Amino acid sequence: MAVAVTRAPARPFARPKSEHGFWSWISTVDHKRIGILYGVTAFLFFLIGGSEALLIRLQLAGPNGKVLSAEEYNQLFTMHGTTMIFLVVMPTAAAFGNYFVPILIGARDVAFPRLNAFGYWVFLAGGLFLYSSFLLGGAPNGGWFGYAPQTIGKFSPGHGIDFWLIGLVITGIGSLTAAANFIVTTLNLRAPGMTLMRMPVFVWMNLVVSFLLLFAIPVITVALFELYFDRNFGSNFFNANLGGDPVLWQHLFWLFGHPEVYILILPAMGIVSEVLPVFSRKPLFGYSVVVFSGIAIGFMGWGVWAHHMFAVGLGPVANSAFAASTMFIAVPTGVKIFNWLATTWGGDLRLKVAMLFALAFIGEFTIGGLSGVTHSIVPSDYQQTDTYYIVAHFHYVLFGGAILGLFSGVYYWFPAVTGKLLDEKLGKVHFWLMIIGLNLTFGPMHILGLQGQPRRTYQYPKGMGWEVWNGIETLGAFIIALSILAFIFNVMKTLRSGETAPPDPWDARTLEWTIPAPPPEYNFAEIPVVHARDDFWHRKYTEDENGRLVRIPAGGADDGHHGEAAHGDGHGHGIHMPSPSYFPALASLGIMVVGYGAVYLKTNHTWWLMAVGGVVMLAGVFGWGNEPLAEEH
Amino acid sequence: MRRVAGRLRRLRWVAVPAALVFLASCASNAPQDTLKPHGTIARKEYHLFLGVFIVATLVFILVEGLLFATVARHRHRPGRPEPVQVHGNTKLEIGWTLLPALLLVGVAFPTIFTIFDVAKEPTKNVLPVEVYGHMWWWEYRYPTLNISTANELHIPVKTSVRLSLRTIEPGLPAAKGEDFAAGVIHSFWIPPLAGKQDVVPGRVNKLTIQADQPGTYKGQCAEYCNLSHANMRLRVISQTQQDFDAWVAQQARPVVKPESGDAAAGYALFTGRATCIGCHTMQGVQGATARVGPNLTHLMGRETFAGAMYDITPENLNRWIHDPSAMKPMRPDEGTGMPNLTKTGPHLTDAEINQLVAFLTTLK
Amino acid sequence: MQTAIAPAPHTPQPGDHDYAVTGIDSRKLGMWGFLASECLFFGALITSHLLYRARAPIGVKTPHEVYDIPYTSVSSFVLLMSSLTMVLALAAIQRGDHRRLRIWLLATAFLGTVFIGGQVYEFTTFTKHGVNLSSSVAASSFFLLTGFHGVHVTVGILWLLSLVGISMRGKLPADKHLQVEIAGLYWHFVDVIWILIFTVIYLVPNNH
Repeated sequence: MAVAVTRAPARPFARPKSEHGFWSWISTVDHKRIGILYGVTAFLFFLIGGSEALLIRLQLAGPNGKVLSAEEYNQLFTMHGTTMIFLVVMPTAAAFGNYFVPILIGARDVAFPRLNAFGYWVFLAGGLFLYSSFLLGGAPNGGWFGYAPQTIGKFSPGHGIDFWLIGLVITGIGSLTAAANFIVTTLNLRAPGMTLMRMPVFVWMNLVVSFLLLFAIPVITVALFELYFDRNFGSNFFNANLGGDPVLWQHLFWLFGHPEVYILILPAMGIVSEVLPVFSRKPLFGYSVVVFSGIAIGFMGWGVWAHHMFAVGLGPVANSAFAASTMFIAVPTGVKIFNWLATTWGGDLRLKVAMLFALAFIGEFTIGGLSGVTHSIVPSDYQQTDTYYIVAHFHYVLFGGAILGLFSGVYYWFPAVTGKLLDEKLGKVHFWLMIIGLNLTFGPMHILGLQGQPRRTYQYPKGMGWEVWNGIETLGAFIIALSILAFIFNVMKTLRSGETAPPDPWDARTLEWTIPAPPPEYNFAEIPVVHARDDFWHRKYTEDENGRLVRIPAGGADDGHHGEAAHGDGHGHGIHMPSPSYFPALASLGIMVVGYGAVYLKTNHTWWLMAVGGVVMLAGVFGWGNEPLAEEH
Repeated sequence: MRRVAGRLRRLRWVAVPAALVFLASCASNAPQDTLKPHGTIARKEYHLFLGVFIVATLVFILVEGLLFATVARHRHRPGRPEPVQVHGNTKLEIGWTLLPALLLVGVAFPTIFTIFDVAKEPTKNVLPVEVYGHMWWWEYRYPTLNISTANELHIPVKTSVRLSLRTIEPGLPAAKGEDFAAGVIHSFWIPPLAGKQDVVPGRVNKLTIQADQPGTYKGQCAEYCNLSHANMRLRVISQTQQDFDAWVAQQARPVVKPESGDAAAGYALFTGRATCIGCHTMQGVQGATARVGPNLTHLMGRETFAGAMYDITPENLNRWIHDPSAMKPMRPDEGTGMPNLTKTGPHLTDAEINQLVAFLTTLK
Repeated sequence: MQTAIAPAPHTPQPGDHDYAVTGIDSRKLGMWGFLASECLFFGALITSHLLYRARAPIGVKTPHEVYDIPYTSVSSFVLLMSSLTMVLALAAIQRGDHRRLRIWLLATAFLGTVFIGGQVYEFTTFTKHGVNLSSSVAASSFFLLTGFHGVHVTVGILWLLSLVGISMRGKLPADKHLQVEIAGLYWHFVDVIWILIFTVIYLVPNNH
């Protein structure tokens, strides 16, 4: 049952207290609801970004395509990349992080619940802000990487690029606050006995990602502001005509951009590290090595950024240094692959859909990783860079890697969130269609790139030898779309059906399976005391003298609600949870209005709009600062 | 026995497509194929790639093989005992950390060697060419030969052609003290001859290309330069020294003014009312040295125009002058592209355009 | 008369909102994390300026040529003193002296405002010499860096004034001194960034 929330004293703007309905979602500060908000919103953006991809593929299916004009195509590929990176993969990882990190470490919520809500609302604000550009004169067309000077002034007239710049500043604020929140939560709110080396790998990867975000977001924010000032206030940071250097943009962008790709992949790697042991019925092979290689990737990721710039003319010494650093980051990545394979080897593999996605991650990500290593061969990269060979690489690691990993998480954790199991048969349809689709779409891109098809081109002429593979790729893209339809149908059918899942349906290892599904607001009736890594597993099983599993009889094995927290009434009376609040959403609204003011500042002198937005934002912040975290009894 | 057959059966889903793909990529007819080098630099880059690709393929087979093997061997079958709970194996983990590292060290050496090799300034048999990236076409100037042309770069065989890459937009106001406004970033890429090098405002990057034999090679801009990036194509035509010298001699000649008829009227328009010389160079005409658009003096000596997008035919030229943006998206209002001369400026009539085309087709 | 029993000190338990495994209050840890990201923010701005500090068209002055070091030294000293008053404010609340707390917070805010005023005056002088946001990349990068720093100081001033307001309403008792400490962390950081800017940007010679 719900936790009692007291009536606040009557005030002009009373504290919300609804538990259900639309407004309860606007004012929620519960990490689980916020996780659901992130997940659903990210999935909607995934459908939009995917539709953009389908339009792109239709245009490129044959030579001299007439489906889209050059300008339309350029806007679509810009938005496709920007959407998938900032509005899909990052928020989906945030969805899982939000929902599960507190539970996995045995906590009741994150360290800063209202800041958590704020992070979501600011993400939504940024996404809507970016997409409103389509209706307000045109979306950005400078690519997701926005290289100067083609994004400045005469080369990119209109407001599209300004929407991109300010939109990313806004979403960046959300990422930064979420990162700080996760770091403090993970360090400070772990249950007794949950030492750092007993934390699930997903929590570790989320922690590394949070540090990466903390340090990378400020760098791109500086770049975005510098470009904004170049476009609007006559500064010349990237304008070579007046002393600026376009390469500075590239350095700043990729100093962010390379850690960003690890931000995109590490959460999925964390999920795979959770799923494989459960469905192999064996522990993760080499937990310490998997954790340390994740940390190593986090560190080393700061030293490779100029491998995106090999053709810029930095000189052979710089190119050699970055070639070497790029080759070596393959080592910790490869280690994980081998550790995952060793986890499954000798196990008892249950090929549920969640496991299929995790296994496919290994196969597909390896392809992307290997093509990545070939990029580090600099003289060969002079041929590869800016071609479809690169497009193949990053789609294999991002789709074959991150997306497959995230879907594994969806199938694995669906019962923990909803108390229901997604249909396995439909799940397999989704899985196989997606695998076939993704390999048909992105596999031939390796060939096309090596055969000379450059990227970011809205059309190609006849006679280049590219027609057949492009046609196949378009077919593949529509097969992916079909697979998503199967997934949507599965989710809707499951949510509508009454069938509940048994507790701990996968016979899993970690704490989220010890609480009811859906979990109560306070997560744990009593905070658990942790004695080992995979503590839940060790309450269920022990090992015989040969190392084989032996079930522990009675008490712990079947209902999963116990552990050391067996006493207590289990109904959470007396647990004070943070109270809902509208102020995070209000503050985000203010920021969004400030953003519009900034876009139109130069052309329409919208100082007043920025002021209005500022007032709304300050009202949100002051309200938030003045209200207590939880209303007193 | 059945298990092995099952495993092999599953492998065919991978092996057959992989073989097809490999064969398909060998038997292609792709003019910009990087796997069919026709020049020294491209060949060095190709050989390096081939070596690493083979190693990568072996690793791929190993990893995917292990993946399939573990699924085939260890998938759950009823009645199997619970698995042994292995937590790790330090020796193995050290092994699969060190081995890839050593492999990569092995790959790093030829890589770094080739980086320096390809970047070397050539010393023998060098022809310098200045390449200017415009939005969205290529200009070439030969400083030692005093000629300039556009889109199609002629070079003599077996010569190290040393390209200096710059980006300019003569259609935009220049900074104080500079001749031309700097443009956006482009990338000069002629895959059969060499990997690409970016054309960056504020720097002069260099690229060496050298063709083994005479031939025509296709390439295009490979760094997103906004609107018509896809249409910024180029050709490199390598010729025997004799043919090249003849070509150079022809390029150096001033325009031959037509005597009579439509062509003569076209010449008058070109150098007068139609304002063409405001953007295009016409050698021999006083003051016609503009570089906003390509040098048209020897237009008919080229195969293509509009950034090597279209074949040079009277019909195409006619359509182009009527409405350039309909054939190639551009931004003439922002100073980057050819304006519509029927709707703006001189308001050319159909008859006048016919005359201009008649003149242009005399420009051998 | 009953003897008042002092309430037992509250020790955070697992599951409590203020539980802290590291022993550092979550809000303080969060501020440290935020300040870490700010290091990268100012680092990128400072790096951009170091790259561009000597680049100006012929005949156009770089910021270095118009600096008034004695003037800026004074305003830097003012900001430095504001860190002192901030420390005094924290000491005041820790010993329960709320009047002094408000005085020292106001003093800090005041000194910060003087600093900002000094910046505004300094920048208008620069523009009179032809050094403004678009005159050169040296100037663009200088103004962006110092401008963002000024925004940070301004946000800090607003924060301090809010704390004064909260204290005046009686809602800032001695046991909530952490709120002042965290504001202090932010304020000192902004001051340290200024020391860095003043040293690296103003004082280090520009080999033009």
